[in-house]
Amino acid sequence: MSAVIEEHHDHHDHKPSGIGRWLFSTNHKDIGTMYLWFSFVMFFIGGAMALVIRAELFQPGLQLVEPEFFNQMTTLHGLIMVFGVIMPGFVGLANWMVPMMIGAPDMALPRMNNWSFWLLPGAFGILIASLIMSLMGMGSAPNFGWTFYAPLSTTYGPASTDYFIFSVHLMGISSIMGAINIIATIMNMRAPGMSYMKMPIFVWTWFITAYLLIAVMPVLAGVVTMMLMDRNFGTSFFNAAGGGDPVMFQHVFWFFGHPEVYIMILPAFGVVSQIVPTFARKKIFGYSSMVYATASIAFLSFIVWAHHMFTTGMPVAGELFFMYATMLIAIPTGVKVFNWVSTMWRGSMTFETPMLFAIGFIFLFTIGGFTGLMMCIAPADFQYHDTYFIVAHFHYVLATGAAFSIMAAVYFWIPKWTGNMYDEKLGKLHFWLTAIGGNILFFPMHFVGLAGMPRRIPDYSLQFAEFNAMATVGAFIFGFSQLIFLYNVIKTARGGEKATDQVWEGADGLEWTLPSPAPFHSFTTPPTLK
Amino acid sequence: MRAAIHVAGLLGLMLSSGQALAAYQMNLSPGVTSFSQGAYDIHTMVLWICVVIGAVVFGAMIYSIFAHRKSKGAVSAEFHDNTAIEIIWTIIPFLILIAMAIPATKVLLAMEDTSNSDMSIKVTGYQWKWHYDYLGEDINFFSNISTPDAANLSTNASVKKDDTYLLDVDNRMVIPVNTKVRLLFTANDVIHAWWVPAFGVKKDAIPGYINESWIDVPEPGIYRGKCAELCGKNHGFMPIVVEAKSKEDYAAWVSSQKTAAAEAAASAEKTWTKAELMSHGEKVYATNCGACHQANGEGLPNVFPGLKGSAIAVGDIAKHIDVVVNGVSGTAMAAYGPQLNDADLAAVITYERNAWGNDTGDVVQPADIKAAR
Amino acid sequence: MFVVVGMFGFGFAMVPIYDVFCDITGINGKTGGKVTLAENLQVDTSRVIEVEFIASLNESMPWEFKPRQHSIKVHPGEPTRIAYVAINKTDKPIIGQAVPSVSPGRAAEYFQKTECFCFTEQKLEAGEEKEMPVIFVVDPELPDDVSQLALSYTFFIKPSGASNNTASLVNNSNQEI
Repeated sequence: MSAVIEEHHDHHDHKPSGIGRWLFSTNHKDIGTMYLWFSFVMFFIGGAMALVIRAELFQPGLQLVEPEFFNQMTTLHGLIMVFGVIMPGFVGLANWMVPMMIGAPDMALPRMNNWSFWLLPGAFGILIASLIMSLMGMGSAPNFGWTFYAPLSTTYGPASTDYFIFSVHLMGISSIMGAINIIATIMNMRAPGMSYMKMPIFVWTWFITAYLLIAVMPVLAGVVTMMLMDRNFGTSFFNAAGGGDPVMFQHVFWFFGHPEVYIMILPAFGVVSQIVPTFARKKIFGYSSMVYATASIAFLSFIVWAHHMFTTGMPVAGELFFMYATMLIAIPTGVKVFNWVSTMWRGSMTFETPMLFAIGFIFLFTIGGFTGLMMCIAPADFQYHDTYFIVAHFHYVLATGAAFSIMAAVYFWIPKWTGNMYDEKLGKLHFWLTAIGGNILFFPMHFVGLAGMPRRIPDYSLQFAEFNAMATVGAFIFGFSQLIFLYNVIKTARGGEKATDQVWEGADGLEWTLPSPAPFHSFTTPPTLK
Repeated sequence: MRAAIHVAGLLGLMLSSGQALAAYQMNLSPGVTSFSQGAYDIHTMVLWICVVIGAVVFGAMIYSIFAHRKSKGAVSAEFHDNTAIEIIWTIIPFLILIAMAIPATKVLLAMEDTSNSDMSIKVTGYQWKWHYDYLGEDINFFSNISTPDAANLSTNASVKKDDTYLLDVDNRMVIPVNTKVRLLFTANDVIHAWWVPAFGVKKDAIPGYINESWIDVPEPGIYRGKCAELCGKNHGFMPIVVEAKSKEDYAAWVSSQKTAAAEAAASAEKTWTKAELMSHGEKVYATNCGACHQANGEGLPNVFPGLKGSAIAVGDIAKHIDVVVNGVSGTAMAAYGPQLNDADLAAVITYERNAWGNDTGDVVQPADIKAAR
Repeated sequence: MFVVVGMFGFGFAMVPIYDVFCDITGINGKTGGKVTLAENLQVDTSRVIEVEFIASLNESMPWEFKPRQHSIKVHPGEPTRIAYVAINKTDKPIIGQAVPSVSPGRAAEYFQKTECFCFTEQKLEAGEEKEMPVIFVVDPELPDDVSQLALSYTFFIKPSGASNNTASLVNNSNQEI
C-alpha cells in the first residue's frame, strides 16, 4: 500500500529548481538544510577566529594581533558561535525533524519559516562587514565581548556598535518567528493519536525551548534598543550621570542571557534522548521524568540570572537567593544524566558515530555541569568569575556539549535526509580527533583559571604559559578535524551506500517509517499511530 | 581515554601545592586572608563531591559500555521506567546540595562584615590603570603597569618577559599588616574589576557607584592581581600590586609619600630645561600616552590619531595644552588634567612637540600648565 | 505574538520596576526612598556611626571636588550637616550632576538625605568655588551590625545647554577636534 503511495508521490514530487528553490522555499526540509549549511559555514568562520585567538595565546607576549583587534576577535567569535552556529543549527534540526516526528506535512507557517531563515544571512552579513571594514582600517568592529556590557558598549563603543544592534534585532526576530512556528506546529499538527506524552523527546525539548525563546528574545531586543537610545537619542538607561545604572544593563541582559544558554542546551538533550535509545536498542528510561525535568530546567532558568553578577556588589540576601536557586538546577539536570545512563544500562549497544558523539556529550557536558555547580557557590565564584575557569565551563557545555549533539544529530539523520550512509570510518576518526583535541584544548583552561588568569586578555604572565601552549595545540587539532566532517557531509550528500528506511536497527518513530531520502513532501495525509 | 585524562587531571589537582606564580599550577591557592581560605575550603569540598559523583556516574557508564554491548552478545532489557528510583535520585542530590549550601552560606556571611575597619582606601579603575586614594591621609596616586610597551604589538618584543611580566606596576598600593583595611571601589569611565587572588577579593568597580570589601593581611609580602572585567583595549595590561608592610615600615612609607608629594609640588614651581622636560616627558608619554598613540607617535589609523606631524602637536600651543588637559569629549581621549601634575603635563607636551621629527623647538613650563587650567 | 510584545515591553518595564524595587529595598546604594521628617526620629545616643565622605569625578570632569571633612561620627536619629566643596578651575561655566552612592548597600535605605546638592544640577562659573551642603540623618532602624558607612558622590559633566537629568554623558557622534 505504501509503495503505491510513494510512487504516486514521486510522480508528483515537483521540486522547484534553481536559485528560486532556495530563496523562496516554503519547504521545511529545504529550509532545514539551509539553516544547517548556514550554521556549518558560520562554524568555520567563528572557528577561524578562535584559531586567531589561540594562536596569539600560544605564547606570552604579543606576536600576531593588536589588543584592540584581539578584543574584536573574542567578541565576534562569541556572537557567531552563540547566534550563528548553535542556535541556527538546532533550528535546522527542528525544521527537518519536528514535522516528520509528529506526522505533519510541514511547519504551521511555511512562509514565515522562509523569512526566519533569510534574516540570518542578512544579520551576519552586517556583523562580518564590520569586521572586514575593521581589517581595512576603517574603525573597529564590536570589541566589548559577546555580553556587551554598558558603558563600554554604550558610551565607549565604536561606530559599528549601532550596526551590531541592528544585527541583533534581526537575529532576534528570526528566532522569535521560528519559535512561534514550532509551537504552532506542535500544538496543532500532531498526527491523530499522538498525545503530548507520546511525542518524541526531541519534540518536547524543542517545544519547551520555543517557549523560552519567545519569552526572552524580546528582552534582548529591549536591552539593545535601550543601548541604541543611550547612544543616539540622549537617554541614560545605563549612564549614572543621567540617573541610570550600568548594573541594570547586566540584570536585563542576563535575564535574557541565562535562559539563552538553556535554549542552547535543551535541544541537545533532545537529540541525545533520541540517539541513546536507538543504539542501546532500549526505550528511553523514564520518559515522563525526562519531560518534567526539562520543564523544570526551563522554569528554573528564569530565576537564576544574577549568578553571572556575584561580583557586582549585590547584597548578601541576593547572593544567597541566586546561589540556592542555581544549585537547584543541578537536580533536574542530574536526573536527565541518570536517565540516559539507565537507558544504556543493560541495553545492547553498538557504537556507530552518532552514539559516540552522544556518549561523548554525556561525559563532557557532565564535566561542564560539575564546574557549573562549583561556580554557583558565590564565595568560590569570587575567585572563578571572569577567569579561564568560566571559559572552560562554558566551552565544555557548549562545544563538547551542544556542538557535539549537533554533530551527533547530523550523523544520525543524514541517511534519512540524503538516502546515503555516511562514511563510518571517517565519522569515527572525526569523533576521536574532535574529542581528544577538544579536551586538550579546554581542560587546561580550568587550571589557568584557578591559577589566576583572567579572560579576554591577549597576553598573559609567564606562569600560565605551559597550559596555554597545550590549549593552542588542542585548538588546532580540534579545528582542523572539522574538515573531516565537512568532507564526509559533502561526500554523503553526493552519494554513498544506500540507506534503508529505518537506517538504524534500534530506530523507532514516525520519521523512520518514511523512505530514505525522505520525499520532498511527506505525510501529506496524516499517518495512523500503532 | 577521556576518563583517563580526567582522572589524571584530578589527581594533579590533589597533588599540586597551590603556590602562587608557579608554572603548571592547577588549583586555587588558599591565599593569605580569611576570604581566600574560605573560598579555597568550599571550592575543595565541592570539587571532591563532584569527583565522587563523577566517579560513580562515569564508572557506571564505562562499565555499561563494556558489559552491555551487542558485540558481546548483550540482549537489551525491557525496563524503561521506575518511579521509586526517580524519586531516590532526586532526593539524594537535593540532600547533597543542602550539605553544600550550609558551609557556603557561612563563608559568604563571614565575608560581608565590613564594620570596624582601621583604614579605608578608595580604589578607582581607569582605562587602563588604578588610582588609590588613602582616605583621611591625603595620599593618592596612580598605579600604572611598569611595562607600557607590552600593550602594543610593535613594541611588545622589546619588553623583558620575567616572572613579574604583566604583573608589576610603578606605584604599589601599600598597606600595613594585621590591619582591617576597607576598600571602596569605583571607576572613572567603564566597569573594571579589582582582583587579587591571594586575598580572595574580586569586586566590580562601577562608574558612579561605590562597592566595598575589606582585607586583613597577616603577612608582609607582595601580592599581585589583575583587572577582571573587560574594559577596552588594555584590559590585560592594568595589573594590581599590593605590598603589605609591617606597621613600622608602613608608617615610614606614609611619611616618605608626604615628602614626595611636597617635592612634586615644588618641582612645579621651578623652571625646567628643555633636556629635563624631554627626558621626563618621554617617560610620562610611555606610561600614559603610548598605549594609544604608540611609542613612535603614529597611532592606529582611524582609531587613535598619530601625533607625529599632526596639526595639534606642531600647531597652536594653547590648543595642544587644552587637548591634553581637558581631553576631547565624545572620543577616547581622556582628560589628563585631573590625572597628571603640572610638571608631568609640561614635560609630556614638550616631548610631543619635539619628538619624532616634530621639532617645533617649543618648551612648555609647569607654570604655563597652571595658568591654562 | 502577544507574549512577544509583552516580553519586549517587560524589558522596558524593568527600568521603572528596578527603580521601585531598589527604592523599597535600598539595594544598590541608592538612598532617599523613604522620606521621614527628621523631628520624628529619636536620637539613639548609645550608638555611634562613622560616616566617611568620598568624592569622585567622572571621566573628564575638570573640577576639583573634595569633602570638607573626611568623616564624622554621628548618633542615629541626629540630623547632621556636612559639606563638600567644588571648584571650577577652567575658564568656562560648567554644569555638573552629582550621583550619590552609599556603601554598604543594605545601609542605604537607612541613610536619609533631607537636603543635598545632588538633588539638582550644579552650575559653576569659570573659577567659581562653591560649598555643597548635605543634611542627613541615619535612621535608628539601621541594622545593629553596621557601624561604618561611606557616602560617595561622583560628579558628572553635563554637556552645555542640556536640561536636568536627561542628557547622556557623551554623545558619540559629537566629535570636537
